[in-house]
Amino acid sequence: MGTVTHVLAVNAVPARSQMGSSLGFHIILACFGIAFAAVTLTAEWIGIRRGDAAALLLARRWSKIMAVLVAVGAVSGTVLSYEMGLLWPGLMGRFGAAIGFPFSMEGIFFFLEAIFVGVYLYGWQRLPPWAHWWSGMPIVVAGMLGALSVVAANSWMNSPAGYTLSHGTITSVDPWSVFFNASTPYETAHMVLAAYMVTGFVVAGVYAAGLLRGRRDRYHRLGFAIPFTIAGILAPLQVMMGDIIARFIASNQPVKFAAMEYVANTGRDVPEWVGGILINGKVYFGAAIPAFDSILVGFSPHTRVIGWDSVPPDQRPPLVTLIHLSFDLMVGIGFFLFALAAWQGWWWWFHRRLLLTAWFLVPSALSGVAAVAAMEAGWVVTEVGRQPWIVYRVMLVSQAVTPSRGVPVTLAVILVLYAILTVVSIGVPMVMSRRWRQETPAEEEAEQVPYGPSPAGAWPAGSPAPPAVPWASSGGPEAP
Amino acid sequence: MSPSPEAIAVAAILIVVIAAYALFGGADFGGGIWDLLAGNADRGAAPRELIDESITPVWEGNHVWLVFILVLVWTAFPPAFAAIFTALFVPLSLSVLGVVLRGVGFAFRHTAQRLRMQRLTGALFAAASLITPFFMGTVIGAVVTGQVPVHPAGNVLAAWTSPTAILTGFLFVAACAYISAVFLVLEARQRGHQGLLRYFSLRATAAGVVTGALAGGTFAELPASAPYVYHRLTGIALPLVAISIAAGIAVLGMLWLRRYHGLFLRATAAIAVASVVWGWGLAQYPYLFPTSLSLAAGSAPTASLVAELVVAGLAVLLVAPAFALLYFLQQRQLLTASDTAGDLRLAAQLEQAPPGQPAAAPEPAGTRITTALVLTMVAIKAIRDVFSPSHRQ
Repeated sequence: MGTVTHVLAVNAVPARSQMGSSLGFHIILACFGIAFAAVTLTAEWIGIRRGDAAALLLARRWSKIMAVLVAVGAVSGTVLSYEMGLLWPGLMGRFGAAIGFPFSMEGIFFFLEAIFVGVYLYGWQRLPPWAHWWSGMPIVVAGMLGALSVVAANSWMNSPAGYTLSHGTITSVDPWSVFFNASTPYETAHMVLAAYMVTGFVVAGVYAAGLLRGRRDRYHRLGFAIPFTIAGILAPLQVMMGDIIARFIASNQPVKFAAMEYVANTGRDVPEWVGGILINGKVYFGAAIPAFDSILVGFSPHTRVIGWDSVPPDQRPPLVTLIHLSFDLMVGIGFFLFALAAWQGWWWWFHRRLLLTAWFLVPSALSGVAAVAAMEAGWVVTEVGRQPWIVYRVMLVSQAVTPSRGVPVTLAVILVLYAILTVVSIGVPMVMSRRWRQETPAEEEAEQVPYGPSPAGAWPAGSPAPPAVPWASSGGPEAP
Repeated sequence: MSPSPEAIAVAAILIVVIAAYALFGGADFGGGIWDLLAGNADRGAAPRELIDESITPVWEGNHVWLVFILVLVWTAFPPAFAAIFTALFVPLSLSVLGVVLRGVGFAFRHTAQRLRMQRLTGALFAAASLITPFFMGTVIGAVVTGQVPVHPAGNVLAAWTSPTAILTGFLFVAACAYISAVFLVLEARQRGHQGLLRYFSLRATAAGVVTGALAGGTFAELPASAPYVYHRLTGIALPLVAISIAAGIAVLGMLWLRRYHGLFLRATAAIAVASVVWGWGLAQYPYLFPTSLSLAAGSAPTASLVAELVVAGLAVLLVAPAFALLYFLQQRQLLTASDTAGDLRLAAQLEQAPPGQPAAAPEPAGTRITTALVLTMVAIKAIRDVFSPSHRQ
């Protein structure tokens, strides 16, 4: 790309907004798809190992919530697949042959995940305890590999590799290099850790709220402690991972890094801005730590940091303030969650029991929302920071966006629909939890969720099972 | 330039997946259509219950088929994908809207307790079942008639509003209703529900006749709107068309004679639908868009095609055993020794536990915390090593 005429197609802004809101919604459900199985299996492990009924009950209920969330995630994931074509035909028409491979792998792993969610739900009461525990492990593995695949596709847009382009068409592809591009290991590790933290802190937050309301039985304490421990152990790893990735971005996508850190001009002794709003090239309301950005990038104040003056104005990301503040928010919440985990760890170390004071539980109840906010902010940084490129230094967003009219309409519809889906995915678990407190055990046993057995349990003996071909149902168990 | 064997193989897999989606997705959508047509809450209660019990469980698979179709097209035939999604922006948006609404209806209808809410989610589910197959049909109609430009400059309204495309849309809806009603006949029979058996038998016959009439109407349009496809359909693909017609008539005959042999009836109905899809695939060969974009010109580089073939192989290899396990569990009786949720609730003392109970004695977990800390340190070290700058260079 020698001369870039930075003329945004009329659709670029609504299309980006639609993609952003769809992805921003789906990614929360994806986190649960990646990590909820591991949290559930931990509870079941404790339950089997210690004969702990409360832990087993938690695992059983969590597996139902997991099924609901995976089902809604399947819908929003299908929408994203459509949007790749509806919004970005320019990208898919030229690079579909390259970027398609990781998406195909993701398809397989999601398929497996959905089937094994079904296996796990059916396995309650049908498999011996440990066999059932192992039947849940494929969900954990498929979730991680699925995350790897789909994040690889996003990484490829940041570090395009593994293809040869001549006269605007791809002439050869190396799927392996596409999949394992330079960004893949960093983005995947960051995202998988984020998924575990989001899931852990959200679930822990729910039980922290229960504890605050005085439900202090073992069930609620375990429901808090298991996910909180998992997320808390990973919090320091994530902080460290973030530091490593920031340095990688400083070398791999210096302009994105410059936007994250308000580095206008390439130079040494670059200050680290905390907060602040950029107006006409000046930072207001921010605190600058002298030379600290240089130190973070290269462990020395004399490290040269590349600023956005290194590229022409039309190749710099827009909304620099949004990028910087999102980055600060993500980092800030990361440290907050780390501190929260350290606090509980400290208490446990010296007192050997859970810290359950209101002072601790109130921030813990909010930790789930905070973790989600941090993850969303992180995606804003990486996606807005890549602008105006859709494929970094290869293709502009304006070259990829659809010329079809109607994107503002679909954007509006998507916003309404996702508001409804949000209500569903928060409302259904809430309704279920209220029922669990009110219903009789028999009613709980008869509850039906997606993928799960039907109320009557097993098939009546002797009746052949529909549909025509058993594999047609893809994780969908048949109902008698 | 003739297409490479890899391109032909991927195209064949694509057609098989589309046929599977037409069959299983079609049965699913058809269930929604019969739900919509079942009448008021009293009259429609029994058929709705049967539909819900038998169709609901398979709905998830349809997303997977659909996603595989999209991914296969954009990886293996990127120019065709880009052109279709640009020119047919409107019908494709409407069909995905249906997919989402079905999802909302599905996720909520079992948890909705109030009748009004149940009605609303049920209506969403049913309406979505109508619009999704219709607009997918218009998309296929637009492709068949060669109305999708290879380099569209924007939406092409004329492409999917031609008589052929609209007829194809209605044909899809009718075919969904037909395949679903046939499956529902067998579901009713398995449950020994004579009333519903007759109910759906009648509807399957009606839907079969309507589907046949619409297919005939679409076929009559083809010589003018899609001469190439018509030529191939009456030439090399004729056996498949004949098989479909024969199978369709056989199903109607079996319903008429009340010969409800489960596997046989199901398979015949499936062949009636699948052979049309295969016939369509054969009729388009060697074109993605007859006759403006050929398979050879629209295919991805060989490595991408091979990757898709490997993915397809992997899918069969990994997914088939997983399904076998799921199927085995579905057939299996409950283990008598296992705890029910009720046992667990009692054991966990949730039933009696008073709120505000003081914390129990601390668990001996110190060693576990220490292990966790040690493991964390090891993990930190390992990550440092992997991501250290020296390693990267």
